[in-house]
Amino acid sequence: MVIFSTLNGVLYGMLLFLLASGLTLIFSMMGVLNFAHASFYMLGAYFGFQISQWLDFWLALIVAPVLVGLIGAGVERWGLRTVHRWGHVAELLFTFGLAFVIEELVQMIWGKLPVDYRVPPALDFPAFTLFETTYPAFRMFMLLISVAIFLVLLLILTRSRVGLIIQASLSHPHMVAALGHDVPKVFMAVFGVGSALAGIAGVIAGPALVTQPSMAHVLGPILFVVVVFGGLGSLSGAFIASLLIGLIQTFAIAINYSLGDVLMALGVTRPIQGLLNDLWQVTVAQVGPVIPYLMLVLILIFRPTGLMGTRET
Amino acid sequence: MTEAMLHVRDLHAYYGKSHILHGVSFEVRPGEIVSLLGRNGVGRSTTIKAIMGEVPPHGSILFKGIEIAGRKTHEIARLGLGYVPENRDIFPGLTVRENLYLGQKSTKSTGRWTMQDMFEIFPRLEERAETKAGVLSGGEQQMLTMCRTLMGDPDLIMVDEPTEGLSPMMVEKVGQLLERIAERGVSILLVEQKLTIALKISHRLYVMGHGHMVFEGTPQALMADTAIRKEWLEV
Repeated sequence: MVIFSTLNGVLYGMLLFLLASGLTLIFSMMGVLNFAHASFYMLGAYFGFQISQWLDFWLALIVAPVLVGLIGAGVERWGLRTVHRWGHVAELLFTFGLAFVIEELVQMIWGKLPVDYRVPPALDFPAFTLFETTYPAFRMFMLLISVAIFLVLLLILTRSRVGLIIQASLSHPHMVAALGHDVPKVFMAVFGVGSALAGIAGVIAGPALVTQPSMAHVLGPILFVVVVFGGLGSLSGAFIASLLIGLIQTFAIAINYSLGDVLMALGVTRPIQGLLNDLWQVTVAQVGPVIPYLMLVLILIFRPTGLMGTRET
Repeated sequence: MTEAMLHVRDLHAYYGKSHILHGVSFEVRPGEIVSLLGRNGVGRSTTIKAIMGEVPPHGSILFKGIEIAGRKTHEIARLGLGYVPENRDIFPGLTVRENLYLGQKSTKSTGRWTMQDMFEIFPRLEERAETKAGVLSGGEQQMLTMCRTLMGDPDLIMVDEPTEGLSPMMVEKVGQLLERIAERGVSILLVEQKLTIALKISHRLYVMGHGHMVFEGTPQALMADTAIRKEWLEV
């Protein structure tokens, strides 16, 4: 169980990181917290579904993220850049509205019910069996893709000239422009690539989770927890927070003990009766969903910049 | 008279609703070191920001005969106008070498200056080439920003208060570097609050009072004009 939970946790964490990396890069460059980021993830899943229906999954894996990336770049070029002159609040509201527009459009086209986006037959077999439980190959494939993308992203950011320009723009965009680099173009590219990464996450997560119009809503809040917890604008922070939250959430679901059980095992009999009695019977699995938000609240109280963040917000 | 490298005519600029520059005019000729002096808040920094397109300019700014008012910052930089801002703006997470590398406008090497030139002028930068720029001392950071801008091979470099907060020895070094830059045919617009190096190295000086020029002339003329110095420069 520990092995499976760890694998699932890392997998969920890496998926979160595919989204969080784009979100945090966009935030630190432009100062915009993109509320529509999870919507791009949803678009990725739906595009992936549609293209797999018409053609096949492998093509979808390439084409869908490219499409999402182009939409993202377009949103930056013709949407955000125009709204930018009215300040950050306007930009925030713009992305907020965009998230709803995308959700409504998805419902109009594909309906409110989940679509039948399935694991491609080539990957629909158990990867290995351990203690009579099997682990699906598709999950291993998801893990592989997200780790590969993480490595490529890391190499580009730290080794290439474009990566250096992006890193420099994180701290001083004006200076980068004054050195003769086309910063607006870099912004558009980062927004596009960030959206494309969210799109990839959608394509590979779609068959494993459920592809439905509410999937952006489900993931969006967790995504913000990751980015804030890791420190707004910090890629390494986002990476650690993604894995942490991925692991915590999967383990929490798997642990079925309550505080009462623990105390009982230690030989303590139930000390409190009455109203608080219920508290002892709540299992870790039951409080699992609340843990990330609790982490968010706590980190904001004790370390407002997040784990690795430097930027005041 | 040679044609001006930079010719600013009747430049106005605004921050929100407040009118900062009220018709600034001046010029910098090829190979010249020109200083722009004045107290804090008279609009010196705004003037160069307007020239770089970071603050929207109203008026005419001719650089090498091309109208640059209204162009984007990176386009202006690519025409050969270098800018070293007051707050230095080094890229703290990148190494010294990476900072210099980003000064180049393309991957291919530069014109007048190579990274090796920079290291010869400031051996300290070579010693710290692989260090993150964020941990350099103030003086080292100042050198790095100037060298970074030079890597882009500008024909004119605008330097905003390079001696601010530096030790007298570093101030001396900054002055020497500026003279070396001018020797290679690069024009310099030096923005300063204090007279220290400006009087020593400038060919001509301008003094700014609230949003416009109040003096133009040689260092000797400025030294002779006690009234201007009293009213606009001395504290």
